[in-house]
Amino acid sequence: MSTPLLKVDHLTMRFGGLTAVGDLSFEAQAGQITALIGPNGAGKTTVFNCITGFYKPTEGMITLTQPDGKKLLLERLPGHDINWKGRVARTFQNIRLFGGMTLLENLLVAQHNVLMNASGLSILGIFGAPSYKRAEKEAIELAEYWLEKTGLIARADDAAADLPYGDQRRLEIARAMCTKPLLLCLDEPAAGLNPRESLLLNDLLISICRDHNTSILLIEHDMSVVMQISDHVVVLDYGRKIADGPPEAVKNDPKVIAAYLGVEDDEVEKTEAEIAAIAAQAKGDAR
Amino acid sequence: MEVFVQQLINGLTLGSIYGLIAIGYTMVFGIIGMVNFAHGDVFMVGAFIALIFFLFLTTWFGWALIPALILVLILGMFFTGLWNWAIERVAYRPLRGSFRLAPLISAIGMSIFLSNLIQVVQGPRNKPVPPMFTQSVPLFTENGYTVAIGYKQIAIMVITVVLLAVFWYVVQKTPLGRAQRACEQDQKMAALLGVDVDKTISLTFVMGAALAAVAGVMYIMYYGVVNFSDGFVPGVKAFTAAVLGGIGSLPGAVLGGLLIGLIETMWSAYFSIDYKDVAAFSILAIVLVFLPTGILGRPEVEKV
Repeated sequence: MSTPLLKVDHLTMRFGGLTAVGDLSFEAQAGQITALIGPNGAGKTTVFNCITGFYKPTEGMITLTQPDGKKLLLERLPGHDINWKGRVARTFQNIRLFGGMTLLENLLVAQHNVLMNASGLSILGIFGAPSYKRAEKEAIELAEYWLEKTGLIARADDAAADLPYGDQRRLEIARAMCTKPLLLCLDEPAAGLNPRESLLLNDLLISICRDHNTSILLIEHDMSVVMQISDHVVVLDYGRKIADGPPEAVKNDPKVIAAYLGVEDDEVEKTEAEIAAIAAQAKGDAR
Repeated sequence: MEVFVQQLINGLTLGSIYGLIAIGYTMVFGIIGMVNFAHGDVFMVGAFIALIFFLFLTTWFGWALIPALILVLILGMFFTGLWNWAIERVAYRPLRGSFRLAPLISAIGMSIFLSNLIQVVQGPRNKPVPPMFTQSVPLFTENGYTVAIGYKQIAIMVITVVLLAVFWYVVQKTPLGRAQRACEQDQKMAALLGVDVDKTISLTFVMGAALAAVAGVMYIMYYGVVNFSDGFVPGVKAFTAAVLGGIGSLPGAVLGGLLIGLIETMWSAYFSIDYKDVAAFSILAIVLVFLPTGILGRPEVEKV
């Protein structure tokens, strides 16, 4: 197996006496959709906040491997470099768009560094230097490409706050993609979407992963989404990893079922024994 | 009528100066939610920097008035911007993320520091410049009184309009302006998209100071003198203008500045010059009772 894109090692995050995430290690491979699931309060969003620099982890190491093989320790980068140098982008469970700005402007803010370098701190921009004009044109083209892809192009000049909920979610993904990320972290992208919107979202995410050289790390409660699109699933409960593997395996893991349905520990053992017995019987029958 | 028109011209001139200072208040408030009480003194420092360069150029090097003033404007904007950049770096940035009042107290301290520094290094007396552009254009005569607009007043209004247009373009159309507006709404999200928030805030301070420096140049051009304590009253008036127009709103700051300027001159002409400040602040209080967010301010939306 090649080097993973994202490697989380022994990540621990404590808030006072509460351990939100305890000794978590997992990997996300390049070109795959990795899902992070778990019951409410399992620490999924905390993991995201550590990866994207909102929190400094109490312990542990988060390594991101760049395409040129260089390894970056995300927990050591200052906030804005996680996106610019580390090329990690994210969306939020409670949408955080720049509501007062237009859709196009939202996507241009995401290309700030490219434009800022081209415009020489805006000074060349004021005088309309050709190099800046070219950069601006490219930035607008990229923004329009993503607006087209998310079906929002017709509303490009409206204020972002005026969009309906489902469109705001897609705009957040479009904005994140305008930073040309290696890793896109999505925090419950399907929350509050109707079934049709949810299907469209699946297509969008699969296309992002296949066509744009962007790997996805996904938090999701909607199991149908997780099972359909993810290549790899990591399950958290009370801040600890309880399962890790392809979706089919995780789905049938008794520990995962117990975490979701709230079964007592001894019952887990009993269920495990039962499953083992059934499996043995099935083997026997097969012979 | 003739008095009214004359005072209108005077009021708009004064209002332009207030408006330029008010933009510095409103931008800094918009982006980090802090009232920069040292801004009035930054304006005064800008006026002193302009005074020093102006005297150098005209008396030592014997430059003509207009090229000297243009160079003074550019140098004044640059050095005042540098001052404000340093102020933000040492007095405000270390306190970011602290409780809300900490940078405010630091700003008041910085205000006292600046006026005392200038008092020590430049002396406590009024510093004069020779009168310039004393000519004026007569507009019309009524009842034996000629209404005139001075060259200085024309220059001040033209420079203000040009600067506001450039400034508006920067904020609305350039990457820097977009980053500023993004930081205004959600700093952490802006950082996640690769915007260097600290740098953006620094540049906001520099821009505010550059406009204050222009106001400083106009102040010495218009009044002919500057004094170490001259930052306080125009600073408070400009802050009032920013609040009146709706703090956080750029057109609001300019509108507020013009209104304060007009109220002051009109009151002086028709009532009593001694109570002009009382009039300006009373009208502020009355407006805020009916429009708590100012004239063009947006209502504060609770962030969730």
